[in-house]
Formats: sequence, C-alpha cells, structure tokens
Amino acid sequence: MKVSGKAVVFGDNVNTDVIIPSKYLTLLDPVQIAQHAMEGLDPSFPEKAKNGVIIVAGRNFGCGSSREQAPIALKYAGVRCVLAESFARIFYRNAINIGLPVLESPHIRSEVDEGDVLTVTLEEGKVENETKGCVIAALKLPRFILEILEDGGLIEHLKKKGVKAP
Amino acid sequence: MNIAEKILAAASGREEVKPGEIVEAKVDMAMANEITGPLAIQAFKKIGAPRVWDRRRIVLVLDHQVPADSVRSAELHKIMRTFAKEQRIPLLYDIGYGGVCHQVMVEKGHVKPGKLIVGADSHTCTYGALGAFGTGIGSTEMAGVFATGEIWLRVPSTIRIDLSGSFLTCVAPKDVILYVIGKIGADGATYKAIEFTGTAIHKISVSGRMTLCNMTVEMGAKTGIISPDEVSLAYVESRTDESFMLIGSDSDAVYEKTLAVDIEKIEPQVACPHAVDNVKPVKEVEGVEINQAFIGSCTNGRLEDLKIAAKFLKGKKIAKGVRLIVTPASQEIYLQALQHGLLEVFVKSGAYVCNPTCGACFGGHMGLLASGEVCISSSNRNFVGRMGSPEAEIYLASPATVAASALAGKIVDPRRFSED
Repeated sequence: MKVSGKAVVFGDNVNTDVIIPSKYLTLLDPVQIAQHAMEGLDPSFPEKAKNGVIIVAGRNFGCGSSREQAPIALKYAGVRCVLAESFARIFYRNAINIGLPVLESPHIRSEVDEGDVLTVTLEEGKVENETKGCVIAALKLPRFILEILEDGGLIEHLKKKGVKAP
Repeated sequence: MNIAEKILAAASGREEVKPGEIVEAKVDMAMANEITGPLAIQAFKKIGAPRVWDRRRIVLVLDHQVPADSVRSAELHKIMRTFAKEQRIPLLYDIGYGGVCHQVMVEKGHVKPGKLIVGADSHTCTYGALGAFGTGIGSTEMAGVFATGEIWLRVPSTIRIDLSGSFLTCVAPKDVILYVIGKIGADGATYKAIEFTGTAIHKISVSGRMTLCNMTVEMGAKTGIISPDEVSLAYVESRTDESFMLIGSDSDAVYEKTLAVDIEKIEPQVACPHAVDNVKPVKEVEGVEINQAFIGSCTNGRLEDLKIAAKFLKGKKIAKGVRLIVTPASQEIYLQALQHGLLEVFVKSGAYVCNPTCGACFGGHMGLLASGEVCISSSNRNFVGRMGSPEAEIYLASPATVAASALAGKIVDPRRFSED
C-alpha cells in the first residue's frame, strides 16, 4: 500500500478535542464531521486537506478522548496518512479500525517541512520525501494491522473473515 | 505477574502473559455512551451479526448531553434506546436512572475485581479503582466487541506509583494524581498500565481511588489499577451479589519502573492551560482571576467531592462576577447530596446546581466558556477548546481548590479558607 500527498505539519500533543471539538460530536455523517477537522488548531485545515495530504506531527498525536470522530474527521477531510513521532493508543487503534494509515516515525519532524511531497510505503515502513530527496524510516506495522488497513478498516476486515456473533 | 497481567492472562485463557505480547481476550463487560454508541451501532449493523454476543454484558448510558440539548442529541439518544430494545439489552441507563457512565458502572455493580471491561470512552480506566482492568476503545472496535465479545490487546508494561504518608490539610487524591501527571508527563505512560500501591493506598476511599485511576489516561495509560483490599471489597460487596475472582499483584511482580510518592510532601496542585501535565502548586498561580468554577465529572463529581466543596461554601457567598456550576455525577449522588443538605448549601452560596451529566467537562452543554474567560475545574482535561471557546483557559484542581477559588473570585490555595 502506497500513499502520497503534501505534508501538513503539527507539533506535540495534538489532542482529539482540537482534531474535532465536542460540539460536533452529535454529527453522524463523516462528510459533515470532516468539515470541522482540526478546527481547534487551524480552521482552514479542511480547505488545505481536500486534495489529499499527509499529516506530520510530534509526540502523542491524538491524545485525549476515545472519540472515533477524530480519525474519521481527518480521513474524510482528505488525510491519507498520519506520520507522528508517537501516537496516543486509542487514537492509534481507532485510525486503523476506520482504515486511516498511521505510522510511527521517531525523527519525522526534523526531516519534513510543510508542503513537502511525501510518499509512504506502508509494508516497508518507508517515507520518501520527494521534495528533499531523502528517505525517512518509520516503524513497520505488524501483518495483521496491515491486513485491516488493506481491507479498508475493521468492519470490512471482519466481514471478509466472516465473523458472526456466536 | 502484576494484577494487570493476571487479568489479561485470565481473560485470554493463558497461564501467563508478558508485556509486549498480543492476546485475544474475552471481555466481561462492554460500555458505550450516546456519543460513541451510535457510531458503534452503525458499525455493528454493517458487520451483519444478527444479535450481540451477550445482551447482559453490554451497558448503554446516556450521559454526555442529557437531557437532550438539541434535536441532534435527541436523535442520538433515540438510536441508543432503539438498539437496546431491538437487542433486548436490559442495562440501558436512560435519563433519570443513571448519570455519568463511569460512575454508573461502578455504582450499579457492573465493575468487579479481576474483570476485563472495555468502554467506548477514554476514562474507562477509572474501573481499576476496584481492581478491574478497564480500558477505553473506539466505536468501531466496540462494534467488534458487540459482535464477538473479544478484543485483541497488547499486554502493557506497568509503571508502579508507590504512595506513602498521609494527606496534608486540604490535599486530596486529585492533588496526588495531578502531581504524578506532572512528573510522568502527558505521554509518559502511553500503552502502559499504571498500578498504584503502597501504604497510603489503603487510606484512600473508593471515590478517591476512582479519581486516581480516572486520570491515568491523561498520561496515555491503557489502564490505571489498584489491587483489591478491604476497602474496595467492602464497596463491591455492597453493590453486587455476583461472584468474582480475587486477583492481586504477586510480591515478585515485575514493573517497568517505580515512582515513589510521599503524599505528605504534596501541596494543593493545579494543572495550568493548556496541558494536563503543566502542573504547579496552587500557591504559584494564586491571584489568577476566574469567571467560572466547575465541580463535577467522572473525576470529581462524587458525594465526597461535594461534601468538601460544601464545607468551604457553607454560609458564604461566591465572589461577584463568578459563576459556580455544580454537577453531581449520578442520580444516586444527587439524591445523597440532597439528603445531606449539600444542595441547599450550594444554592444559598449562589452556585448553580445542574442535573447529572458530563456537561461542562465535555464542553457539550451546561456551562460553556466564552473567549477570554478563565475557568477552574475539578474535571480532567484543560485542552484548548475543551469547555467551549478555543480562546478560554482552563485550570484543573481539586474540589477544595475550586470551591475556595469560587469564593475568592480568583485562584487561591484552599488552605487560606480552611483556617476560618
């Protein structure tokens, strides 16, 4: 699986309240949710992201609440992948479960500037910065997580496996 | 093994587990509220399973925006009720019967020692107060649990917080957990478990233990947990007749590291804007003027918290220009507060008492902040925009500090009032 896009850069501890403020959690339509993606930090984000971007961030991306609306907002706003130095665990699981690729890359911020064009090869944990002409290492995902992403998320994955209630 | 490892071993049918291993675990209870539940229900329907795995092990709670503050909220509530009816789920805590989900789970006897409980809410880690492994998950994952009753989990390594000593006047478990978060940092326990041990733990009530475990997620932790003792067992036995296995940490259990905390050295603490780990002693930020004070939430909205606040407020008036919002965490607590005369104290002091709900803590309704406003809150998060405007500032503190600050109109060390 390969994804490409321009980098949008954020700092440390980007929390789920700024990714999607509580007041929009009564929305159920992903497209409507996405109109408010990152509103707490940058209200112009949905406009920036609409043609497909890759988020590059520091430590503890997605900390805070369990709201799955956070990765949903990013995915439907046009985010193709999130690369961060580290992730908060519930966000990390939620992103995979809804089919938004997330990769840990410990030095990503020092190698990428806003607007750089990146190509990510998920299987290899490889990030190519085409603007700067360098390759940045990311942590490889375990096989079963890649399978969930390849299937487009946990629901599709479970359906494929034929999971039914006991 | 330590208690977290033992619970995951039992839940996955293994003799032993080690940190880093991934286990397929059987879930004992699953909880969702009306913010995370509807997405889980949508996803469950997409999976195509006709029935949930066990209708008696699912708890549905309406708490974040109750009673409905908008038509959109009302629609979410309706989705929850309809699902409960379709799937014949008896444990639906509708408006008037419950309160904040984590309080309800504990109060109604759904949390028992040794159990693995997943909740579609980050503060599910609260259940460790009774020796359960509680962890927060998202909605899609909850749909998978609804269908199968199972979940994959990585066995976390555990950080031990060893508490000794006694509390100084006006110092509460909230001050201890804020102090610990300041030391460990907002991502210092990501993917890990936090276990509270030590001689001081036995002196802390179940309510205080819930406050400790509740905020472990603010360090990124997967769960916060305390081995059961007489205090927690007495509580559980008063809440349920159902059986459970008594699981505690072995004396040779392995920890990634241990942080020793002498409670006697902890003064009243406050987490300053806009990070939960931006923690200082209250005396260093005294004088910051406030517009709103909030006492409530799954962190500090229990009877013990309300009693402390009432002690400060009794016979006094809160400062002009300040609004104090008090939100008991459940219907049971609301009733107890009424019977103890606390609600009268609050109302006479000029405080505004709301119905049990997540309310202002969640920033959904019942006490949002305008731009430029400052709030001191007994809740758990002070992120930008958490309680309303992104231009507002939130300070987190204990109920004592919040009540004292409401009286002063500015942030004050509660010890200034306790000498009266």
